[in-house]
Order: sequence, then C-alpha cells, then structure tokens
Amino acid sequence: MLTTTTTTGVVGRGHQGAKRTRGNVRRRMPAMLSYAVLVLFAIIEMYPIFLMVANSLRDDLDILSNPLGLPTQPQFGNYAEIWERSNFPAYFGNSVYVTGVGVVVLLLISSMAAFYLARFSFRWNKALLMVFMLGLTLPLKLAVVPLFMLMQSLDLLDTRNGLILVLIAERLSFAIFVLYGFFVTLPRDIEEAALVDGANVWQVYWRVAMPVMRPALATVAIVSIVGMWNEFFFPLVFIRSDELRTIPLGMLTIVGEFSTEWALLFAGLTLSSVPMIIAFVVLARQFMEGLTEGIR
Amino acid sequence: MHLFVIPALLVYAVFVLYPVILTLFNSFFAFEGLKRGAWIGFDNFTALFTTPPLDTRVWNALGNNIQIFVLSFALQCVVGFLVASLLYQYRGGREIFKAAYFLPRLLSLIVIGFLWQIIFSPNVGALNQFLEAAGLGALAQNWLGSPSTALYTVIFVEGWYRLGFSILVFLASMQAIPGAIFEAARLDGASRVRLLWYFMLPLTRPAWMILTVLTFIASFEMFDLVYAMQGVTGSPFYSSDTLGLLFYRLAFGGEGGTAAIGLGSALALMLIVGMALISGLMVFFFTRKRVEW
Repeated sequence: MLTTTTTTGVVGRGHQGAKRTRGNVRRRMPAMLSYAVLVLFAIIEMYPIFLMVANSLRDDLDILSNPLGLPTQPQFGNYAEIWERSNFPAYFGNSVYVTGVGVVVLLLISSMAAFYLARFSFRWNKALLMVFMLGLTLPLKLAVVPLFMLMQSLDLLDTRNGLILVLIAERLSFAIFVLYGFFVTLPRDIEEAALVDGANVWQVYWRVAMPVMRPALATVAIVSIVGMWNEFFFPLVFIRSDELRTIPLGMLTIVGEFSTEWALLFAGLTLSSVPMIIAFVVLARQFMEGLTEGIR
Repeated sequence: MHLFVIPALLVYAVFVLYPVILTLFNSFFAFEGLKRGAWIGFDNFTALFTTPPLDTRVWNALGNNIQIFVLSFALQCVVGFLVASLLYQYRGGREIFKAAYFLPRLLSLIVIGFLWQIIFSPNVGALNQFLEAAGLGALAQNWLGSPSTALYTVIFVEGWYRLGFSILVFLASMQAIPGAIFEAARLDGASRVRLLWYFMLPLTRPAWMILTVLTFIASFEMFDLVYAMQGVTGSPFYSSDTLGLLFYRLAFGGEGGTAAIGLGSALALMLIVGMALISGLMVFFFTRKRVEW
C-alpha cells in the first residue's frame, strides 16, 4: 500500500513543479519520506481504535495471552453479552433521547432567536446580541454549583429533561452566533416578498427562512450531536440513578463492573463508539467541515 | 413577535447568566456547607493560596495545567502544522488521511481514556508488549502509575485526540492562500524549508491564533480525560491533577472542608477571568501585525 501511494505522490509532486535539474532519486526521496510520515501518523491515530474493535471480537484468554493479536474466530457474542449483563441498553436509549431532543430543541429556539435578532430592528436587539455572545466566553461548567442548587429547587436533578436543558443552555450562544452570522449574509428579498404576499412572520420563519438556513443548521446540528452524545461532566453531576445514565457516564459503571473481563470491556467501548463511527463513515465530509467551521 | 426570542432568552438567563453571576458573587462570601454567610472580600482567594494542604494542590494543579498547555501546543499546533504542510503538498489520498486523523475527535473522552488506560497498562498492555517485541523492553514502564510519566502520558492522549482537528484547520488555512504566491517563490528558487518558514507560517497566522486559543482553553478546562484515566485526584499522588479536577473536588466534596463552596467559586472566578484575559491577549498578539498579500 505504501508503494502505490508513493508513486501517486511523485506524480502529484511533479505537477507542483519540482526543479528538473535535480536527480531522480533526490526528487523522489522527499516524497517517499513525506508519505512515510503521513502514513505513520495515520497508523498512530487509527491503531487504538482498530485495537478496540479487534479485541471486542476475541475472548479474555486470547487477549491476555497475546494483546497484539488479531481475532482468529470473531466472537460477536461479546456484544450480546455486554448488552444483556449491563445496563447498556438503558444508557444507549438515554443518549439517543438526550441528544435527539436536545439538538432539535436547540435548533428550534436558537434559529428563532437568530431570526428575531437579524430580521427585526428593535432598540434592544444590539444589546441582546451582545448578551448572548458573552456566553461564548463563559465556561458553564465552572458555574455548576449554583446550577446544581437551581436544578434541585426546580426538581430537575436526576432527570433526563433537566440534563437536556443544561446541555442546550451550554450551546445556545454558539448556535445563535453561527445562525445569526449566516442570517445577516442572506438577502431579505424572498422573505419580504412572502410578507407582501400575505404570509405572517411565523410562516416566513418556518417556510422561507428555515429552508435557506439549512447549511448553518447542519453545522450547529453536527457540533451539538457530537458534543451532547459525548458529554460527561453534566451527567456526572446531575444524574444519580444508573438507569438514567447516558453512555459516557454509564461507561464508569461498566468499567467498574467488568474490570477483569477485557473482552466485554472492549465490546462495551466499541458499542458506545459505533454510532459516531458509522455516522462519520457516511458523512465524513460534513463532519469534518462542520466541526472545523463551527470552531469550538 | 417577541415570542421568537423568549424561549432562548429564558433558557439563557436561567441556566447560564444566573448561575455564572451567582458563582462570581459567591466567591466573596464565607460558606458553611451550602449556607452562604458573611461578605469576606478576597479571603477566599487568599485562602486558596495560603491554607495547607490546599495551597500545594492549587500550585501543583496550576503547574500541571501550564505544562499541559505548553506540551499540547507543541503536540497539536506545531506537529499539526507540519503534518498539514505535508498534506498540502501531496494530493494523493488526502481525503483518506484527513478522515483517519480526524476520527478520534468523534469519540467520547471517557471511552478514549479507558481505551488508552488498557493500552498503557503495565504488564499486559499493548504498548509495553509492543516495546518488548521490538527489543525495546528497557523502555517499558508503568506509564500511568508512576508520578514521573503519568501527566505526560495523559498529555500524549489529549494530543492524539485533538491532532486531527488542528491538521484540518491548518490545511484549510493553507488552501485559502493564493497558489500564485508559492509559484513565484518557487521560481525564485526558494527551498522547501524557506517556503514553510517565510510564506506558510506567516500566511496561516489566523489558524495559529484560533488553534492557540482553543488549545489554551482546552488545556485549562481539562477534566474528562484525566478523570477517566487517573481518577478524581489525578493519581498517582496528585501528579496528574488539574484545576478542573480540583474545582470539581471543591464543588462536590473531597477537598476544602465546609468552606469549599466559597473556595470553589473563587477558583472558578479566577479561571473565568484568567482564561478570558489570556485568550484576549493571545488574540491581540496574533492580530497586532497583519500580513499583506
């Protein structure tokens, strides 16, 4: 594999205009070396994930006697076993619920707010925008003590909906920032035409503005899905009951319970990563663009 | 019509502004458990740095966070820049490389922490086994269990997690530079190293700024990964403790006694203000000189 990529590399480099006076070898060396470095980094980044999946298909004895080996007879039973012997199905359901509801509600209220801030010109809009943007610099995790007491008095501790509210709040400034930034670059013509045609503002928001907002909504959605699915700190603080835990918090229970059964541990780690890995394989470009554009 | 902004404003005011403001406020009060007592000015702040054993914890964690930032900068920004410059030059397989580098960023830090914990485990872990097999058995050690290596091992994993993100940001920044600049320089006979140093480096300044600030913030907010790998006290013997863990212990028990909430709020205030200030300084430093094309 190394050799084939290297040859394409040399071609690619020639296209970039290497100096012809140099010898053949001297011209190929940097290209081969560069590809060797690129491949080395790819191995470092991928190998642990590969190891996790490979070991989830082996049995304990096999892993312990030969930690670097490959699965000879894939044991898919590990997945079934961890699914049945732990609370994993509950964790999985909770993560799906929290992430799903959280992202949908976040998109809805942040796009409404961005629409309001970008399309109406009330006196206080500038100040309001500033207040929302302030949140970009405030790490909400450091305000967890008053938040905890607030949740207690609202009876939201140890509930999934309470957790969702906090996860939405944490991302609200970011979402409004991205959506507002997108809104102001869009011409108002179509929206105004719709108003002239007798549509009310709600119809304009839902039928005209939302569809053209799709790229920005996708960015916010991807950043939030990855963030909420993997969120650990707030579930750690707010969720007590084991059956209400999301996957990252549930992994604490699983690691504690199966610390000596490595095959099951690897199966649990793999199962919890599979949804993100599949989503990434299908939508790699959107994920990479979304997460680097919607920086942070 | 105001209904458009009211849901967001309500959530934001109740779940962001109120707790943040209350945290800043609390840091100036004495606490007895959950009960707020008298106004005590800056006593919580001085107590953090003068009451043993808390003072050693604070300095220790601060020192660790600074090391985390400096080494993460090297591992993520400097290495990321170099890898990105290679990717920029060689087109073949670029998308595959990008995806391979980026994938770890999508996994939970808890999963990553546990996964690497197993890889680093002293006797049957994959790393030590690999070193033995490669004839480097002398290098094998108890990576996470020894105070001299634990912090650096965690920093390595953090770098592993975030490297792909830096590479992608740098690459996007390089691709935005007009190619004519490089053609001209190359025709003038500039070497690769010179191209990298005199053109690529200054022209990717905005990416350096964003990544430096993000690396700084991530380093000082570090929590999930150390928690998963080294536990809530940053074992062994607090050698991988961070301000994030220390804050958590102050807020939810285990450190600081009955006055903990006031102390934790003071620490939170210093972190909020400190991080905003230093991030601001970084932005100022990076935007002071503009490069013209």
